[in-house]
Amino acid sequence: MHIVVCLKQVPDSAQIRVHPVTNTIMRQGVPTIINPYDLFALEEALRLRDRLGGEVTVLTMGPPMAEDALRKALTFGADRAVLLTDRSFAGSDTLATSYALSMALAKIGEVFGPTPIVFTGKQTIDGDTAQVGPGIAKRLGLNQLTYVARICDLDPAAGTISVERRAEGGVQVLETRMPVLITMLEGTNEMRRGSLDDAYRAARSQIVKWSAADAGITELAKCGLKGSPTIVKKVFAPQARAEKVQQIPTSDLSTDALAASVMAAIFQKQPALEGDLLRFAAGQ
Amino acid sequence: MTDAPKADAPKPAAGRAGTKRELPEHFKAYRHVWVVIECEHGIVHPVSLELLGEGRKLADKRGVELAGVVLAGDPLTAAQVAAAAFEHGADLAYVVTDPILAHYRNESYTRAMTDLVNTYKPEILLLGATNLGRDLAGSVATTLLTGLTADCTELAIDDEGSLAATRPTFGGSLLCTIMTLNYRPQMATVRPRVMSLPERTPGRWGRIVEHPLNLTEADIITKVLRFVADRESDKAQLAYADIVVAGGLGLRSAENFQLVRSLAEVLGAEYGGSRPLVQKGWISADRQIGQTGKTIRPKLYIAAGISGAIQHRVGVEGADTIVAINTDPKAPIFEFAHLGVVADAIELLPALTRAFRAHLSVNRLAG
Ligand SMILES: Cc1cc2nc3c(=O)[nH]c(=O)nc-3n(C[C@H](O)[C@H](O)[C@H](O)COP(=O)(O)OP(=O)(O)OC[C@H]3O[C@@H](n4cnc5c(N)ncnc54)[C@H](O)[C@@H]3O)c2cc1C
Ligand SMILES: Nc1ncnc2c1ncn2[C@@H]1O[C@H](COP(=O)(O)O)[C@@H](O)[C@H]1O
Repeated sequence: MHIVVCLKQVPDSAQIRVHPVTNTIMRQGVPTIINPYDLFALEEALRLRDRLGGEVTVLTMGPPMAEDALRKALTFGADRAVLLTDRSFAGSDTLATSYALSMALAKIGEVFGPTPIVFTGKQTIDGDTAQVGPGIAKRLGLNQLTYVARICDLDPAAGTISVERRAEGGVQVLETRMPVLITMLEGTNEMRRGSLDDAYRAARSQIVKWSAADAGITELAKCGLKGSPTIVKKVFAPQARAEKVQQIPTSDLSTDALAASVMAAIFQKQPALEGDLLRFAAGQ
Repeated sequence: MTDAPKADAPKPAAGRAGTKRELPEHFKAYRHVWVVIECEHGIVHPVSLELLGEGRKLADKRGVELAGVVLAGDPLTAAQVAAAAFEHGADLAYVVTDPILAHYRNESYTRAMTDLVNTYKPEILLLGATNLGRDLAGSVATTLLTGLTADCTELAIDDEGSLAATRPTFGGSLLCTIMTLNYRPQMATVRPRVMSLPERTPGRWGRIVEHPLNLTEADIITKVLRFVADRESDKAQLAYADIVVAGGLGLRSAENFQLVRSLAEVLGAEYGGSRPLVQKGWISADRQIGQTGKTIRPKLYIAAGISGAIQHRVGVEGADTIVAINTDPKAPIFEFAHLGVVADAIELLPALTRAFRAHLSVNRLAG
């Protein structure tokens, strides 16, 4: 079975700093990583391949340096990597991103064989919308399975798949037909350590690089800024809170005396709370 | 939604496709504000009511009507859900009732939604950023080829009457305001608890517009085999708790996290923690508070041994009173806490538990 995993290279936002004066992101020296949520999708794809045979292709749309993320995915054991890169993709919102990725996915199907399963992560940590997966599914007419916690059953011959999906207030067990798009929930598996063989292969692999034209994209008006119905009107820093913190003096107090003054300060801020708590305590 | 806005060089908007100010002619018929009322298994999700509160303000500013969209499996559920929408501010409800809609499925819900939008043409369409809302919003926006801004924290109408949707970006370090100028409807999702619940007006009623679902079960490929409801007892109710006690890495060990649970128990509170605690397995993922966890809006939030990173901050800022316990007087949490205590949480938490327990039992005896 041929499985494609869409993954994105993102700045390691734990290390992002905002310039205090200009309110701009200081990107210099910020390392990039594979979007952490996408690793759950990749691992699930690798497990399916190990069980059922076939290949895993990883796909990303991004600048040329996104190649690093793809190479990393190869070290985990992916078989093939496709980098979709073109200046016309700059400034894509989710609608434009899902358009470009869906065109590339169709092309991957033509060139490397049909793909009954496409995986994406739940969401990215920079775009953070969780909308690109559903967007791809809709454009390609794939049956959509989001927030999948577990793949229960997969019958390649019958073309059916059933999964546990995290829904509101419970778990849905869904059955559908392939081709499907699955967005994988976080924490559902643990990324393997790639083998030395994989690392060796990854270092030597050719990464397939496609421009918009290579991916069969002729309608550039659907790409990048032009193809994005949303525009960023302004970017600004969150406002600092006007009210200053009230520090509770701690000097010379025993811990119990300090606790008493913390409790008193809480009740002073929230006079109604004491009554709520007493009613709660009475109900116990 | 604009993906990773190029914040290091926020380019002037000129020259973009999205900036032509004149709305295309065929979009001019799009009017009114809609909120999708999410009701899996007959229970209205509170986020939908929060959105009605927000939608009411937008509709009033625009001088248009506010509608709730109700997709339900049976007429009784539909009526109850519509009633909730009216009581929380909707003027009318678009109702699609069909057994096919009893369980959420992407295909049937997307079809119902896109049919409604194409027939009745709203200018603004709001959904909760829940698993259901995010699953549905992406499909609807792609089908309609319109703009969608995810996980907004503020919604407003700009001078020209367009929806200005503000959301955190780069993990909350910055905010950005996003517009959908040339397409309709303008779509946005908002996470639970980001907006406050509007006042309920019992008995308030409105117009109902029924619309058929032009689908049969045979048309739908995906089947729901089972639904396993969460057991109430296992489920963290963080988002809607009145009091939340949380711990961070400052607690140093999983054993010490018990101190948080004990205080929570005395206060009848929910407990949670910062993300590293989930990664270490000290608490379950549904107890993570912050940008990639739960947004909370309690009356009282006690944070012990939490530094107050921006990703944590964005999830707790709606709390009425934030109490921070941290050994480091320079910890960022003191920039947004209301009450600060520079102290060792491992000592103070048990003392607080004792103090509250004693206070509550003495006063109960007295009262
Ligand atoms: C994409 C992304 C998403 C994220 N999402 C979230 C999220 O949703 N929620 C979240 O919480 N984090 C999130 N984070 C992580 C966040 O950036 C911080 O790393 C995290 O919140 C820090 O957790 P902490 O405060 O427990 O630990 P630390 O930052 O290590 O802080 C520990 C604090 O405890 C204090 N301390 C030490 N000993 C004691 C003591 N004895 N008593 C009292 N205080 C003590 C220290 O002074 C320090 O301030 C995210 C990060 C990324 C990159
Ligand atoms: N530029 C991209 N290249 C490849 N995959 C992407 C890209 N952007 C988003 N995705 C996929 O879509 C998922 C959801 O992204 P988002 O809508 O940005 O939260 C991610 O987890 C990725 O799997």
